[in-house]
Amino acid sequence: MPDIHDEDSYEPHPKPGVSHLDYAGEQGMAVEQETLVESDVVKREEARSLWGDAWRDLRRRPIFLISAVLILLLVIMAIFPWAFTDADPRKADLVHNYLKRPDWTDFFGAGWFGYDGQGRSIYARVVYGARASITVGICVTAAVTVLGGLAGMIAGYFGGGVDAVISRIIDIFFGIPLLLGALVLLNAFSTRTVWSVVVALGFLGWTQIARVMRGAVLTVKQSDYVVAGRALGAGTGRLMFRHILPNAIAPVIVVATIALGGYIATEATLSFLGIGLQDPTISWGIDISSAQKVIRTAPYVLFFPAAALSVTVLAFIMLGDAVRDALDPKLR
Amino acid sequence: MAEPILEVKDLVKHYPLTQGILFKKQVGAVKAVDGISFDLMKGETLGIVGESGCGKSTLAKVLMNLERATSGQVLFKGEDISKLTGQALKAVRRNIQMVFQDPYTSLNPRMTVGDIIGEPFEIHPEVAPKGDRRKAVQDLLDVVGLNPEYINRYPHQFSGGQRQRIGIARGLALKPEIIICDEPVSALDVSVQAQVINLLDQLQGEFGLSYMFIAHDLSIVRHISDRVGVMYLGKMVEIGSDEEIYDNATHPYTQALLSAVPVPDPTARETRDRIILTGDIPSPANPPSGCRFRTRCWKAEERCSTEVPLLAVPELLKGPAAHQSACHFAEVRETAAV
Repeated sequence: MPDIHDEDSYEPHPKPGVSHLDYAGEQGMAVEQETLVESDVVKREEARSLWGDAWRDLRRRPIFLISAVLILLLVIMAIFPWAFTDADPRKADLVHNYLKRPDWTDFFGAGWFGYDGQGRSIYARVVYGARASITVGICVTAAVTVLGGLAGMIAGYFGGGVDAVISRIIDIFFGIPLLLGALVLLNAFSTRTVWSVVVALGFLGWTQIARVMRGAVLTVKQSDYVVAGRALGAGTGRLMFRHILPNAIAPVIVVATIALGGYIATEATLSFLGIGLQDPTISWGIDISSAQKVIRTAPYVLFFPAAALSVTVLAFIMLGDAVRDALDPKLR
Repeated sequence: MAEPILEVKDLVKHYPLTQGILFKKQVGAVKAVDGISFDLMKGETLGIVGESGCGKSTLAKVLMNLERATSGQVLFKGEDISKLTGQALKAVRRNIQMVFQDPYTSLNPRMTVGDIIGEPFEIHPEVAPKGDRRKAVQDLLDVVGLNPEYINRYPHQFSGGQRQRIGIARGLALKPEIIICDEPVSALDVSVQAQVINLLDQLQGEFGLSYMFIAHDLSIVRHISDRVGVMYLGKMVEIGSDEEIYDNATHPYTQALLSAVPVPDPTARETRDRIILTGDIPSPANPPSGCRFRTRCWKAEERCSTEVPLLAVPELLKGPAAHQSACHFAEVRETAAV
């Protein structure tokens, strides 16, 4: 501590007639400001924020680029399947096409991946099957993020008794195995569509996000800027959604992205077990299930939908990994 | 000096210690602030000093109504604000604002400087009409010595000192009458500390602010304060003008604190008489009986363990050095420190 009582070296009061900006121009401050002004041009181009940094970081990662391209392709496939194939996935021609082998010369044609046990084009079914998987994956993740995020936010923010109740409910749901719970729930639906699967998985899956959110909110709630907000008189809504949520959402996004792949795999598993989607819905899980009867004579019937499923799940998990690395400054 | 703007009367903040998971039973309390009374005058700076854990920051939080007082009163212009809720509390917040210790954690990293300083106006729309807010924010940046063009930048693009200026601008936005500064410069490096202190000093003159300035750096407190209060273990042990405290301290704890201030003079350093306190600060959950300082005090006698010394002007001291001190054996120490 220098002797700040030394009035010569230290001016407690600004000279009259000196503007605030000039006043700030004591040696240190002047230098500070000048360097800021000089680097202004450079800085303006990169308005840095966590998301900005993360995006710059992501663009350089091959894993992110590969998974992003794959996911983009799959999403387009789910929305416009007819853009990828002219064949009708439901057209069954047992006379001509029963377990026909893949024809590699039939590039992007109906017979490219061969035909299944009912004489349907496997390529067309792989393309049309993307819609069920992607819809389930995205809708379940959205539902789970909203539900779990809200529950976690409320538990973390209010604490005390509210937290105790929500946390115990989370514990109870954690005790139910996802697959077993989904089996029981889906049995209650007479006709099962994509939406019944979404409801079942969303109902059982929100706890994971809720826990992550609660933890993040507990950390952020302590920070000085939240206290400062309270000191200004900010209400609960403003504190939650302006101050806490933007600072607590990063881990939730990471977990949600990784979980998305898991939900797609779970949907396929349920369909494989005959309890998820049903014919005539086209789903990779159903196709894998029906392929097992002919696995020894025609392994390609199993291979293509299984490969499509694996690639999709892998793409989402890789994306989640890349996002986690980009959002975690400690790994940078 | 003018009339008191803030009167604190016998303020107590205890944090309950509980045992048991389902059926909580209170087994004791951390007595963070235990019966503090003082006045803050209009336009003055009251410095609060004391070592870590003595309750300075808890006091600030209770005054800000961020923590509910266990008992006691906080009178702002004669009105008790310690029990207000809802709209009344929100209205009173306009008058008392705070500058935080750590400029790196007190600004939301996801908001631009404009949003941070403009937030008070969104919460209290009556202060600045919607169309004028951007201008008001730029004026505030100008007032604290930052370029008004920085309005769209994020906090991490600024240095520590500049961030603290942003924090001060946010505190000024509502045109409060009192600003509570909780160690506003202890996270800054020494050259920047001086700038921020000067800024606070200048703003006080400009806006007629009253400061409560919490710090553990005695030299800074002396520089900025009109009056100084010394806290030990949740109690105010001595309070008076800066000359009274720094040159004529009568409480042994204040004397010990002052003797620990580094002296920038090697010869004086050799000869000066330092008081070395033994032992640690006792737990605020189980403070000593009588005088709280007696376990570390060289003057302690039987009387100190039975009788709580009141914060009052000691009878022995009359004349220029007379100020309030909570000690049975208050007297000015011969070798003046600092």
